[in-house]
Amino acid sequence: MKRITGLLLAVLALAGVLWAESALSINGAGATFPYPMYSKWFDEYHKQHSNLQINYQSIGSGGGIKQVTEGTVDFGATDGPMNDDQLKVFHDKHGFGLLHFPTVLGAAVPTYNIPGVDAALNFTPDALAGIFLGKITKWNDPAIAGANKGVKLPAEDIVVVHRADGSGTTYIWTDYLSGVSDEWKTKVGKGTSVNWPVGLGGKGNEGVTGSIKNTPNSIGYVELIYAETNKIPYGNVKNAAGIFVKASLTAVSAAAAGKAKEMPDDFRVSIVNAPGKAAYPISSFTWLLIPEKFSDAAKRDAIKGFLKWALADGQNYAENLSYAKLPKEVVAKELKAINKIQ
Amino acid sequence: MATTTTTVPSAGPVAGSRSFLSRLREGDEIARIITFLFAASVVLVTLLLVFELWQGSVLPRHKFGFNFFRTSVWDPIFDQFGALPFIYGTLVTAVVSLLIAVPLGIGAAIFLAELAPARISDTLQFFIDLLAAVPSVIYGLLGVFIVVPLMREYIQAGLKHSLGFLPFFQGPAYGVGFLTAGIVLAIMVIPYIISVSREVLLSVPRDQREAALSLGSTRWEATWKVVVPFARGGIMGSIFLALARALGETMAVTMVIGNTPAISASLFSPGYSIAAVIANEFTEATGDLYLQSLIELGLVLFILTFILNGLARLLIVATSQRGGGTGHL
Amino acid sequence: MTPRLRWRKFVSGFMLAMTGVCALVAVSVLFFILGYLVYHGGTSISWNFFTKLPAPVGESGGGMANAILGSAKLLLIASLFGVPIGFFGAIYLAEFSGGTTAFVVRYAADLLNGVPSIVIGIFAYGLVVLPFKHFSTLAGGFALGLMMIPITLRSTEEFLRAVPRALREAAMALGASKWKTIVTVIVPAAYRGILTAVLLAFARVAGETAPLLFTAFGNRFWSPGWQQPTASLPVMIFTYAVAPYDDWHRQAWAAGLVLLGLILVINIVARAILSRGIAVPRS
Repeated sequence: MKRITGLLLAVLALAGVLWAESALSINGAGATFPYPMYSKWFDEYHKQHSNLQINYQSIGSGGGIKQVTEGTVDFGATDGPMNDDQLKVFHDKHGFGLLHFPTVLGAAVPTYNIPGVDAALNFTPDALAGIFLGKITKWNDPAIAGANKGVKLPAEDIVVVHRADGSGTTYIWTDYLSGVSDEWKTKVGKGTSVNWPVGLGGKGNEGVTGSIKNTPNSIGYVELIYAETNKIPYGNVKNAAGIFVKASLTAVSAAAAGKAKEMPDDFRVSIVNAPGKAAYPISSFTWLLIPEKFSDAAKRDAIKGFLKWALADGQNYAENLSYAKLPKEVVAKELKAINKIQ
Repeated sequence: MATTTTTVPSAGPVAGSRSFLSRLREGDEIARIITFLFAASVVLVTLLLVFELWQGSVLPRHKFGFNFFRTSVWDPIFDQFGALPFIYGTLVTAVVSLLIAVPLGIGAAIFLAELAPARISDTLQFFIDLLAAVPSVIYGLLGVFIVVPLMREYIQAGLKHSLGFLPFFQGPAYGVGFLTAGIVLAIMVIPYIISVSREVLLSVPRDQREAALSLGSTRWEATWKVVVPFARGGIMGSIFLALARALGETMAVTMVIGNTPAISASLFSPGYSIAAVIANEFTEATGDLYLQSLIELGLVLFILTFILNGLARLLIVATSQRGGGTGHL
Repeated sequence: MTPRLRWRKFVSGFMLAMTGVCALVAVSVLFFILGYLVYHGGTSISWNFFTKLPAPVGESGGGMANAILGSAKLLLIASLFGVPIGFFGAIYLAEFSGGTTAFVVRYAADLLNGVPSIVIGIFAYGLVVLPFKHFSTLAGGFALGLMMIPITLRSTEEFLRAVPRALREAAMALGASKWKTIVTVIVPAAYRGILTAVLLAFARVAGETAPLLFTAFGNRFWSPGWQQPTASLPVMIFTYAVAPYDDWHRQAWAAGLVLLGLILVINIVARAILSRGIAVPRS
């Protein structure tokens, strides 16, 4: 017995040893979508500033908003911009505001599994809305076939797959559908979790992909990065200019550039269905949520320094990981906005 | 040897007549107080948990009242929340998992305790205990990669073919659904049943078995009619553990149940459970009514567990015979 | 041999064979799972895995050293918190309490056991994270400890009750006080079962993810002391498994394998260290 207690105490002491805390530690939480990008950024930045550790965990956009509002983390991250009510809650609690900073761009793509069909299908906004509303039920429906002359579509029931867990990808997808279909807007709405009229729920991108792979005649949506790294076939979507565009990093950046001129000062903007011939219509920014004031000067300077780096050098890492870079106009505007952080 | 009901008096003269201080010095009173505090803390923590759940669900309770239990719509955008499909899914998957795990688990425990040679029994038990340590995420992944395709290609098709006239086995076979979730849950809870039941069976005194055999019973009769009832308390305890795990399991279920708030008699239908929806939506939920509705779901699960545990205990009382070894609730 | 006897013998043989089948099914599922894990995770286990911090996507050579240490620290706190409550509470239920108190405590434990792990996490968040405004290893350990209590309590009580009355009566007859009987006779007699209970509870919480998301949070770096967020194997598995990268998937399987390996080692070590002459031989 004594042996064990002694052992236990030794272990406790050892594990509890506070080795030199010369590193400044900053915690952030939020969206899962940009997690690979952020982890790369924070790692690279740590290599350049070895006394600074920025620890980011992907607990979800909602989690990010909640935790930064509660003050348990130093900054947040979200795929869908906060609304006025949420910003007000933060303001009331802290006495100062919360700033949005777009970091990279992403997109949601329609993926499907139709035995015998290898081609990339064209989808019109009406077709997508109809399918996800449950009104278009067969693959050979004229709404789909009309845009895909030359492809033999079977007369089979469409199995819809959507995300079960709340996610920024769902936000982008439903934001788009709300924009192109009044019926969707009034019946379902946009958000990280919605009341889906039809379909199975898959957990995470891989849950959706798995379901689609396992279920013939199914359709769903996943992040562009996910589709590209896992080589999943996805379709083209008709944009606001009437052209069927296949999602790609350039197409996504084009969407952002199309809306860059109307960018509001607080950067909270939706870029779905953006104007421009090359724009991919189901794209979105992802934002970091930075408080306006920091009581700790060291933390404030560290974060400001990081932001400046992320908007400049950091952007060069984006394309390797299949994220789209920010357009130059947006970057310039953001660099000015960094001065708001005190 | 029948169990006698003698009460063992504490050492020394009759307890009540000694002073508190002398009882204290005896050490027994301290032991009783200390252990009581620990036991009481369990109740306190549970009460605190319920309290937090109650406090945290004020808004939906006022807005929906009892309709929360009766409506099926779950709409975060238009602020309509109803718990019925989740209650249904939780119950169905728990029942299916127990229907599979209890017979298999008790059977395996009997084999390991009564028939297998000690060495083999210990080694196998060692590995079965390890199953309990597999993270639920991994069970979920295994479910997705192995069980779901198996279900879709072979098992669901087979069931449809042979038992398709029953309402349980109708409808399209997606691979995910109530049955798949029940099977995955069964795999997850079996280690608890086997582990605890085997230990309890092993601790049944040898003379019980020998007495039965000497009276001419077959090996099976001795086991089933004497040893197992003696160990009934422990075995029931293990089933409670399994039930609790099945009701509260989150990660693995959400990966194989289909995550659709649907109520259907068919086990092939995709569904949703309380734990799964909380896990899926809590981190992203913004808006007080939405968040608190999820917390109210947690409260609902608590109430469900309360009722199920109560029913199970009533069942034990109703079927109890006299002379069981450690009979208690 | 009468027909009835023949039938009874047949039933006996058949049912016992059936139990063998049950055991076979259970064991083969288990070995299949282990095999699958070894197959998928084995290739990603390297010295780096145990010694390096996580690397970002696309870079090789990363590991989960901080997650391994983090899990160890979390489990230590969880055990220090959960095991005594379960153990001593069980002693109270088996040795001291009356029927009603025991009923209430057991019921409460079963209810606690049925709470989804994410709700436990939310509860611990409200209690230990919010008031202090930061995530910490302590909070994570607390959440896990809560989950250990019911399994430890219920199982330990069963094994204490299973100790034969004769042993207790013998000790009493020799003049031992109650607590002395408990410490020197009853607990050692039930020790094997109790160890099983504790190890089972330990194994259960070792693989839990949801309660840690809001308490221990997670950390890409080392976490000194007990007050900072910390990485843990289950959270890393979850994060990597849902990511789009194949390399991370393999690391997730590897982490699952390592977690199991660690539990295995602890099982062996615990049984070896604490096996000091069992009072009651196996019947």
